[in-house]
Amino acid sequence: MSEASIIRIENLRKIYRVGKVDVEALRGVSLEVARGEFLSIVGPSGSGKSTLFHVVGGLTPATSGTVRVDGQDLAAMSDAARTVLRKTSVAFVFQKYNLLPTLTARDNIAVAKDIAGRDSKPDPDFEKVLELLGIAGRLKHKPFELSGGEQQRVAIARAVVNHPAILLADEPTGNLDTENSQIVLSLLRDLNDRLGQTILMITHNPEAAAFGHRIVHMRDGRIE
Amino acid sequence: MIQKLVWENVKHRPLRTILSALLIGIPVTLVLTLAGLSKGMIEDNNKRIRGVGADIVIRPKDSNFMDLGTQGMNDKIVNLVRRQPHVKLATGILVHHLGGMFTSVAGIDLNEFNAMSGGMEYVAGGPFRGPDEVILDDFYAKEQNKHVGAELEVLHQKMRVTGVVKSGKLNRVFMDLRSLQNLVGSRNGVNIIYIKVDTPKNIKTVIDELKAQLVDYPIYSMDEATALYSYDSLPQLRMFSDIVVGIAIFIGFAVVCLSMYMAVLQRTREIGILKSLGASRWYVLSIILREAVLLALVGTILGIGMSFGAKWTIQTFAPASFPPAVDPSWWPIAAVIALIGAVLGALYPGMHAAGMDPIEALSYE
Repeated sequence: MSEASIIRIENLRKIYRVGKVDVEALRGVSLEVARGEFLSIVGPSGSGKSTLFHVVGGLTPATSGTVRVDGQDLAAMSDAARTVLRKTSVAFVFQKYNLLPTLTARDNIAVAKDIAGRDSKPDPDFEKVLELLGIAGRLKHKPFELSGGEQQRVAIARAVVNHPAILLADEPTGNLDTENSQIVLSLLRDLNDRLGQTILMITHNPEAAAFGHRIVHMRDGRIE
Repeated sequence: MIQKLVWENVKHRPLRTILSALLIGIPVTLVLTLAGLSKGMIEDNNKRIRGVGADIVIRPKDSNFMDLGTQGMNDKIVNLVRRQPHVKLATGILVHHLGGMFTSVAGIDLNEFNAMSGGMEYVAGGPFRGPDEVILDDFYAKEQNKHVGAELEVLHQKMRVTGVVKSGKLNRVFMDLRSLQNLVGSRNGVNIIYIKVDTPKNIKTVIDELKAQLVDYPIYSMDEATALYSYDSLPQLRMFSDIVVGIAIFIGFAVVCLSMYMAVLQRTREIGILKSLGASRWYVLSIILREAVLLALVGTILGIGMSFGAKWTIQTFAPASFPPAVDPSWWPIAAVIALIGAVLGALYPGMHAAGMDPIEALSYE
C-alpha cells in the first residue's frame, strides 16, 4: 500500500444470509484508492458495487478480509465505531438523494453537522461550496420544492459539510436527466479538483464513469 | 437540531399528532376528573357541614366519620346538652340513607335548624308543614328534575316537594324530624347533635364538659369534624384513585407505544438516512423519546381542557351526586403521569428504531 492510499482493501468477502441461503456478494475484492483520487466503479446490477460501498462506508461489516479506511481497520470496529466512522470520515451520496422530507435544504445540511457534533456557526469555506453547488438561494426550500438536480446538489452539500476523508457516491445521476447529470458530475469533479476530495462513484453509465481519474470494473463480486 | 427535527416530524403528520395527543389527553382527563370529583365532594360535604352554623357535633357511639352507625342517640341527650353552660343552641338531627349512592334525607326541627344555620334560603316555594312534605336543595332538585309541588318517593312514601333551597346546609333532602322518626320507627332517635356555643373561646370548655358526661361518644369541634373528612382519611377513595392513575399510565403507555411504533415504521427510511449520516443509537432514540414527550405535553394540555368539559357535563347532569371541582394542583401530577406513560410507550419503538440496520432502513419504500 502506498503512503498516499486512503483506502486499502485486501481479499474482501461479504456473505449475506437471505432466508436460508448464503449469498456471496463480494468474493475476494482487493483495491487501493489514493488520497484525492476520483475513482469510478462500474459493473452490472448484482456485481457487488453497492455492497462494496456499504462495507467501505461502515454500513455493514465484512465477512472476511481487510478494509482500512483513512488509517482505520474496519474489521476491528464495533457497530458503534463504524457509526463514528460514518460521521467523521465517510459520507454518502445516494441515487434517491435521501434527504429528510420534513426539513429544509439548510436543515438537511445542518443535521449532518449536528450528528457530527459540530456547532451551527456559519462556515465561510462551506458557503463557497454552496455557491459552487449553486444552491445558496434554494436553502429555505424543502425537498419536495426542489428539482431532482437541486436535491442531489443538496445531498452533495450535506455529504461534504463535515469534510469527510471519502465521499461515496452511489449512482448519483441515476435519477437525473442528462443536463442535471452533467451538472452533478461536473460538481463532483470540481470538488475533487478544488478541495482534493477523495470520491468513489458507482455508475452504470460509461460517460459518467469517464469523469473519474480511474475506472474499475466489477462483475460477480470481483474486480476485473 | 433534534428539537427542530422532532417539531418538523410532528408538524409533518398533523392528523397522527392530533389523534395521539387526544388519546394521551383522555387518561389525563380521567385523572383530573377523578381528582376534581374527590375535591368537589369533600369540599361540598365540608361546606354543607359548616353551613349548619354549629360549633360542636356529637355522633353516636358506633359511628365513624364515614358512617353514622346504627345505634343512634336518644334525643334526651339533646336536652342534656342544652342544659350545659355556654350552650346557646342544640338540635338533634336524624339522617337516613335513601338508597342512592350519596343520597340521604335529614329529619330536622326546622325552627331549631333555622336558628342555628341562619335560615334556609328558598329558591322556590317554602318550608314543609306536614309529615309527607320535603324540601330539596337546588342541586338535588336539578338532578332529579323536581320542582315545587312535584312528588318524591322517600322511604317508599310519596312526599310532596314544598320548597327548593340553595345548597350548602347539611343535606340535600329535608323533612320534619318527628315525621322521619315515625317513618323509620325510631321514636325520639337522632344520630347527629349539633351545638352552638355562646362564644368560640368556650368551644373547648363545652367539649371537655360533654366528654365527661357522654363517655365514649365522638364529640368534635367543627374544625375537627371537617378535617376528618379529607382525601387522606378516605382509604377507599385513595385506592380507587390509585387504580385510575394506574389505568391512565397504561392507556398513555399503550397509545404512545402504538403511535410511536407506527411513526417509526413510517420513518424507517428517514431513520436509515440519519444512521447513514452517522447518527448514534442514542441520537435516534432521543428523537423518538422527545417526540413522545412533546405528544405527552400537548396531550396534557388537551386533557386539562377536556377536564373542564367533563366538569361541565357532570355539573349539568349530576350536580348533587358528584359536585365537581377543578383542582389545578393535580395538573402537574397528570402531566407526570402522561410523561411516564409516553416515555415508557416510546422506549420499545425507540429502541427498535435505534437498532435498525441502516442498509435495510434505506431500502425501505
